[in-house]
Amino acid sequence: MTTNSITLTVNGDQVRRDVPARQHLIDFLRLDLGLMGSHVACEHGVCGACTVRLDGAIVRGCLVLAASLHGSTVETIEGVSDSGEIRDLQDAFIARNAAQCGYCTPGMLMTAADLLKSNATPTRAEIREHISGNYCRCTGYQAIVDAVETTAHKRRSSGPKP
Amino acid sequence: MTNPSGIGQSVRRREDFRFITGNGQYTDDINRSGQTYAVFVRSPHAHATIKSLDIADARKAPGVRAVLTGKDLAADKIGGLICGWMIHSKDGSPMKAGGHPALAVDKVRYVGDHVAVVIADTLNQAKDAAELVNVDYDALKATVDVASTQKPGQPQIHPEAPNNTVYQWHLGDKAATDAAFAKAAHVTKIELVNNRLIPNAMEPRAAIGEYDRGSGSYTTHTTSQNPHVARLVMSAFIGIAPENKLRVIAPDVGGGFGSKIFIYAEEVVCTWAAKKVGRPVKWTADRTEAFLSDAHGRDHITTAEAAIDATGKVQAIRVKTIANLGAYLSTFSSSVPTYLYAPLLSGQYDIPAIYCEVDGVYTNTAPVDAYRGAGRPEATFVVERLMEVSARQLKKDPAEFRMHNFIKTFPHQTPVIMAYDIGDYPASMKKALEMADYANFSKRRDASAKQGKLRGIGFSAYIEACGIAPSKAVGSLGAGVGLWESAEVRVNPVGTVEVLTGSHSHGQGHETTFAQLVSHKLGIPIEQVSIVHGDTDKVQMGMGTYGSRSGAVGMSAIFVALDKVIKKATTVAAACMEVPVDQVDFEDGSFSARGTNKKMAFGEVALQAYVAHKFDSSVIEPGLKEGAFYDPKNFTFPSGVHIAEVEIEPDTGLTKVVRWTAVDDFGTLMNPMIVEGQVHGGIAQGIGQAMLEGAVYNDAGQLVTASFMDYCMPRADDLPSFDVGMTTTVCPSNPLGIKGCGEAGAIAAPPALINAITDALGHENIAMPATPQAVWRAAQAMPRKQAAE
Repeated sequence: MTTNSITLTVNGDQVRRDVPARQHLIDFLRLDLGLMGSHVACEHGVCGACTVRLDGAIVRGCLVLAASLHGSTVETIEGVSDSGEIRDLQDAFIARNAAQCGYCTPGMLMTAADLLKSNATPTRAEIREHISGNYCRCTGYQAIVDAVETTAHKRRSSGPKP
Repeated sequence: MTNPSGIGQSVRRREDFRFITGNGQYTDDINRSGQTYAVFVRSPHAHATIKSLDIADARKAPGVRAVLTGKDLAADKIGGLICGWMIHSKDGSPMKAGGHPALAVDKVRYVGDHVAVVIADTLNQAKDAAELVNVDYDALKATVDVASTQKPGQPQIHPEAPNNTVYQWHLGDKAATDAAFAKAAHVTKIELVNNRLIPNAMEPRAAIGEYDRGSGSYTTHTTSQNPHVARLVMSAFIGIAPENKLRVIAPDVGGGFGSKIFIYAEEVVCTWAAKKVGRPVKWTADRTEAFLSDAHGRDHITTAEAAIDATGKVQAIRVKTIANLGAYLSTFSSSVPTYLYAPLLSGQYDIPAIYCEVDGVYTNTAPVDAYRGAGRPEATFVVERLMEVSARQLKKDPAEFRMHNFIKTFPHQTPVIMAYDIGDYPASMKKALEMADYANFSKRRDASAKQGKLRGIGFSAYIEACGIAPSKAVGSLGAGVGLWESAEVRVNPVGTVEVLTGSHSHGQGHETTFAQLVSHKLGIPIEQVSIVHGDTDKVQMGMGTYGSRSGAVGMSAIFVALDKVIKKATTVAAACMEVPVDQVDFEDGSFSARGTNKKMAFGEVALQAYVAHKFDSSVIEPGLKEGAFYDPKNFTFPSGVHIAEVEIEPDTGLTKVVRWTAVDDFGTLMNPMIVEGQVHGGIAQGIGQAMLEGAVYNDAGQLVTASFMDYCMPRADDLPSFDVGMTTTVCPSNPLGIKGCGEAGAIAAPPALINAITDALGHENIAMPATPQAVWRAAQAMPRKQAAE
């Protein structure tokens, strides 16, 4: 089987691995690195459960080949949780009961965090639009929208971030 | 003193920390040392005989440990999958069920049917080898259409079921119903299709089977809503191993909605195969496998009639339904379109006579079983479409027409089994009308019309039956199991508490709500309480979570066990304080001796119970641990009114849900925030059914909607925010007064939305899902003047 040697940064740590040419990023994260927080739910780029950050932008882990990641920076739910970067958003998810079964939640958080980076004052419609690539079968999305809206509001009232 | 984590408080979910940090542990997150991977060879045909099955090439492929077929299962005397509810036809004959082998033997009956399993060291090796299994099929004509599958000349799926008819069941008084129709002032007649749905929990099904040679015992991790029932079925009926040698663990489960109640071929095969290959065997569904092989939901065609007298009172309802059961009977499939359906056809209404006939039929499609609501959404769709169309035909206000027919006194015996214990239907309607600003609807309709848009409003006054169920009653109706629930409360020596519950949480938040009950009853902080579930080696036999039963039944079991704990602790406290037991009071977590200043905290009493120094252990047994098996007295009857308001662009068919009002009566609310979340999620799935979702098989029996690209589930921008309100009548049938909330939204929503869309379009019917194309077609058919108004 053809393998490719890649060196990349995952959640701040440098990682070097030989990966099969056909392996997807999500399987690389879950099976090779044991990062089980990102989930697999459709494997065709539609549901968003495997959403992770690649070089600062969110991607579907099931649509990116691991072999293409040499020199890249990948951040997952484990990384952004440990760094505290989205602690306020995570707190808002808990406060609003925005995770029910929890399966879509890591991907949803990555997508919501992405919105908040680029738009400090999202309307509810803009929040819905931005997370519309992430399926949640439990919540009906309302609690998630509430949590994102609350986080944006709190970030605004606590002043600009460095 | 208000307990901040007691009953009725919106306590933050204790399970959420692990979910929001990616630390949940779902079945696919578990990997075992030496694990192998199973890939199932599935039928590409809807109906075919297997002429030959050649596994030689696959067996020789790299990494392959075994290729197993139905013959191997039979050689090991592994039984087929079962249906656990016996339905009798109206002629008294038992249902005619064909066999359901976990791996097909000589015939396949739907696309996705299991033919063989390939087990290899890596997933890719197993996938590659599965391509080498050579199955020579003799394709047969398929029967897919529910309306015609019983007709002569259709392909026969199982020899046991002539004309593909499993049963012809009925409920109610036919003569009384016919008599009411004979003298009716008005008869409303409608034809309905309850569209077939695919549940699609976000976590696909998965299983890991393991066999321990040393102890001769199996362990199965699986995505189950009821691990004990899975163990029972795999032991007692399928015969893999006796119960004491089979441990079933359902860890974090990523949503179920009914689809994970059932015992499927994959967990059976992985468990059985683990011993054969001497390694753990793991299988995780990909999404297309989930579409093909998870049990689907709904899929009825129905003719329904209402007989209405001159005063506008409904005197009778007559219903004829054909229910698609798929190619095999799934675990509880037979009960869903019968006892979970027809007994709800009285709705919230005082209807003297009801008669319902249901034919359960086989087709060459995936098995159909319980999906969120299970029978009650289908019943509510019938009743609430009938009421709406009747009101329109009689030119009555739909809210007033419903209120005129509401049951107003309780208890109320319906003509279809159910005895409603309590409710206040007008209260929910009135509150919903206010919240929805119904009084000003016509102004909003006019405003929309000025912009060339069509606005409509639709009602759904639903009822459902939860808390399934009194065991003796369901036994008399054909259930193969009792439907009590169990709990064990273990108080540790320092006063912390573990509750072992037979319920299973897969998104409902039991680790929070069940702990709230303990905190409330024992007066201890919620942090001292742990909820243990989902492991048959840890937890006593339990029946699991479905049918919105975990509050009304599961928590009632905990309630009873807690009472026993308090009683026992009171005897210990009395002995320690040297006072008679009837002089001891327990309040806010402490025991006090009346008329003295003697007092002991709950934790002190727990410690004394374990050290057993201060009482006579021949009179009081040491320790503090009690259990309960709680069998409910009755079903519970959540009810409510949902009002949908839509705005349609007639030129595109685009339908926007602009307002959603839900007023529900769930009895006691343990955690209002969690209840609200259940309502939201239910409504979303109901809107999905009404506007977006529909499983489509073509005539050849190929599932056309087998990916998320083809099967449209609600996304965040498809839905509005919901306006949720409550009314409360406390349920008298269980100690907590809880009714259940998990399915209400999915039950209420579809008729509310279809009533709203048809109101906007001036039609009496539109099929679900009312997609933009369907709505556009209907809008084009409207009289021009009306459309332009």
